[in-house]
This record gives sequence, structure tokens and C-alpha cells, in this order.
Amino acid sequence: MIAIVDYGVGNLFSLKSSFAAIGAEAVVTGEADVLRAADKIILPGVGAFGDAADKLRACGLDRVLVDEARRGKPLMGICLGMQLLFEKSFEYGEHAGLALIPGEVRPIAELIPPTLKIPHIGWNALRFTEKKSPLFRGVKEGDCVYFVHSFYAADCAAAVIATAEYGAELTAAVQLENVCGCQFHPEKSGPVGLNILRAFCETEGTTC
Amino acid sequence: MITKRIIPCLDVRDGRVVKGVNFQGLSDVSSPVELGKYYSDSGADELVFYDITASAEGRRLFTDILTEVARTIFIPLTVGGGINSLDDFDRVLKYGADKVSVNSGAIKNPRLIFEAAKRYGDQCVVLSADVKRVDGVFRVFARGGRENTGMEAISWIKNGVSLGAGEIVLNSIDTDGVKKGFDLEMLDAVCSAVSVPVIASGGAGGIADFVTLFKTLPRVDAGLAASIFHFGEVTIPALKAELRKNNIPVREV
Repeated sequence: MIAIVDYGVGNLFSLKSSFAAIGAEAVVTGEADVLRAADKIILPGVGAFGDAADKLRACGLDRVLVDEARRGKPLMGICLGMQLLFEKSFEYGEHAGLALIPGEVRPIAELIPPTLKIPHIGWNALRFTEKKSPLFRGVKEGDCVYFVHSFYAADCAAAVIATAEYGAELTAAVQLENVCGCQFHPEKSGPVGLNILRAFCETEGTTC
Repeated sequence: MITKRIIPCLDVRDGRVVKGVNFQGLSDVSSPVELGKYYSDSGADELVFYDITASAEGRRLFTDILTEVARTIFIPLTVGGGINSLDDFDRVLKYGADKVSVNSGAIKNPRLIFEAAKRYGDQCVVLSADVKRVDGVFRVFARGGRENTGMEAISWIKNGVSLGAGEIVLNSIDTDGVKKGFDLEMLDAVCSAVSVPVIASGGAGGIADFVTLFKTLPRVDAGLAASIFHFGEVTIPALKAELRKNNIPVREV
């Protein structure tokens, strides 16, 4: 069973529907016990980093996520959920994340030419890093996925498994052992996105 | 490289898709769920649903349909029509919308843009503007293009962006339904004024109009149309193939 973390951030309807569409059982939950019992965890999120991190902490789920990830349970962060996996973010101040993946979250504006629009909104092509992640087994280099973001994951080269070109190489997906994340929205990326979610469902955990 | 988006628009009344020519003479076309699925499968990059229902019963019908669409289609969904309050945002977001488009509701109460952007993020708030030339000036029209607000369009749109609108849908009433191409002059004026994505709407009559749009105005992010898609005059795969041939980046399906 896949647990989609509900901590009062974002619309989880599409995410839940997309798992139903690939025949995976998924529950939306804010309960620590359900997260502990789940085979895999999805950490979604839209909005501002600081608010989301505060909400996770307020309901005590930050500790649960870190503990479950350290036990080897597959965890995927999506969009802001991916950014929360990092050590810190500089979105409106400086905020601590879950620190499951080394790196930090910075404004795209620092990186790209001022002529390009921010947020980076729309369908952009994936470029894989040298060693193709099993998450992309159903995806071809150049397949497009749907992005909406104004901040990006920086200083995380060792964990990057895909990038997207937008005036610079933006981090599109990361993975460090059982913890992974997509900056784009797989649940809004058509068949390509569903294939990524399907691959995540088939990931073997190392939970003992 | 970010691709140009092709967006079919579905006007929904009492659970069915309708399309007006110059906003009048609506005719029933098809089922929103079937049509949405067909477009998604054929490569639409996003879908826009405008709820043009007035009754409470029709609204419920619309949210039922929205839920059904969101259950089967996994591309971004924008919903507009009758969005006048944060409760309206809540209602459609809960039933599966990803973005919400405001038009007359924002004209009546511009702070709605600010409040919604603060609660749901800029990316969620699309400002849709119906614009028409009146004595050589771009004016904003409300209530489905029936009422001249007297507001100058470019400053209204700039104001909307400063309040937090994350995208603009610019619908030219002058070209809407005429099928002789998008309103390039109006679009150019808006693209020069704002730095958020601009979606062109009104006037597409064929594939060539999309090529002209993106070639002439590379700053336009997306093209939106309704009847040419609904009546099969233009198919999305054929449109995208032609755009690709003209070196305009589009998503392959």
C-alpha cells in the first residue's frame, strides 16, 4: 500500500487518481501509524517551502518520514515535496528541510537569463544522467513532463538523475538509494508520468 | 527546452460542451469527459473547462463532471466560469482542477486574485481577460464579453499580475469566432507588458494560424482554441507535426 502524505498542502485528488489508474492501492493520510505501515510513501506539496515545512513539523510527520526513509522505505517527494527532502531552502528566508538528500533549494532567477519567464511552467524534456535510474525504465530521453516551479535544487549533483534545460540545467529528479524526488508533476505528465509512478510502485524497499 | 502548449477549451453548460461564435448562438457539441479524454490521448498539453452554467444545479453537474475528468485524464486542468470567491476556488480545486481562471469575478473584486494567490500560490491563479478594441483602445469586457468595463486592458492585466496572477489567457473578442488567426497585435502588447506566461485565445481557424502565432510572437507560451478542435477541422497530432516542421518545440505523445 502506498501512503500519500496529507499535511494540509496541495490537491491530492489527481495523485490518488493516478495511482488508481495504474492499479496501485493508495491512501491519503496524515496519520503516523498509516505511514509506518505503508510499503511506500509519497510526499506531495505545492506552495511555499517555509509553510509546508512548518506544517509537516506541526503534525510531527517530519520525524516519521525521516525515520521511515532511514529504515529503507521507498519515499518519493513531488514538486515542493521533492524540495523538502533537501537540507534547506532559501524561499522567502531560510528554512530547514528533512535533510534526507544533501543539497539546498534556491531561486531559479539566480541561474537563468532574465529574459526567461519565472515560474518555469509547462512541458519540458527530461535528460537523464549517465546512469539511468530504474524510475525511468518506462521513459525515453527527451520525453516531456509537466513543471511548475520557481525554485530549484542546487548543490546536489551526486543525487541528480534527470535535468531539464531552461536557460540552464535545472534539477528535474533526484535519487539517493530509497529516497527519490521529482521536481515535475508525474500525476500531471500524461502516460510518461504514470510510467514513472508505476516504476516507483515496483521499487523494492529495503525495510526490515 | 520548454515546449509550446496546445490547449483545447471546453465551454460546459448543463454537463455538455458548447461553443459560441462571438459568444452567441451556442450549440451542443459533446460530452466533456469523452472529449477531454480524446484530446488528452491525442496530445493536448492542458485542458481548460469553462463552466457557463448559471444555476446551482448546473454547478453541481459541472463539479461531478470535473471529478470524472480528473479521474481519467492526467494533464493539467484549468477551470473557469463563475469564480467569484475563495469558496469557488476551493470548490473546483477539491474536485480536481489544478488551476483556476478568474475573469468577471476579478473585475468585480481584484483582491480575489491576491487572496487566491496567497492561499494557493501564483501558479494556481490564471487571469482570463476578454478584450476588444473600442475607438482604438484595448478595453476589458466582463460577463462573457457582453459588458464594456471601460478599463484599459494592458494596465488591467499588469495589475492582475502584480496582484499574483501566474498566467494570462488573452481572449480577443475582435478575432474570436472569426477564424482568421490570433490577434497578434493585442498579444504582442500584452507579452511586452508582463513576464508571466501568456496564452493566446480567439481566432484560430487552422494549423497555419498556430504556426504564425509562435513564429511571429515567440514570447507567447500557448495557443488555446475550441471549435476547430471540437469539429475536427484541426487534429492535435497534425497541428503538432506542422509546428515541429517549423522548428517550434512541442511535446510528442
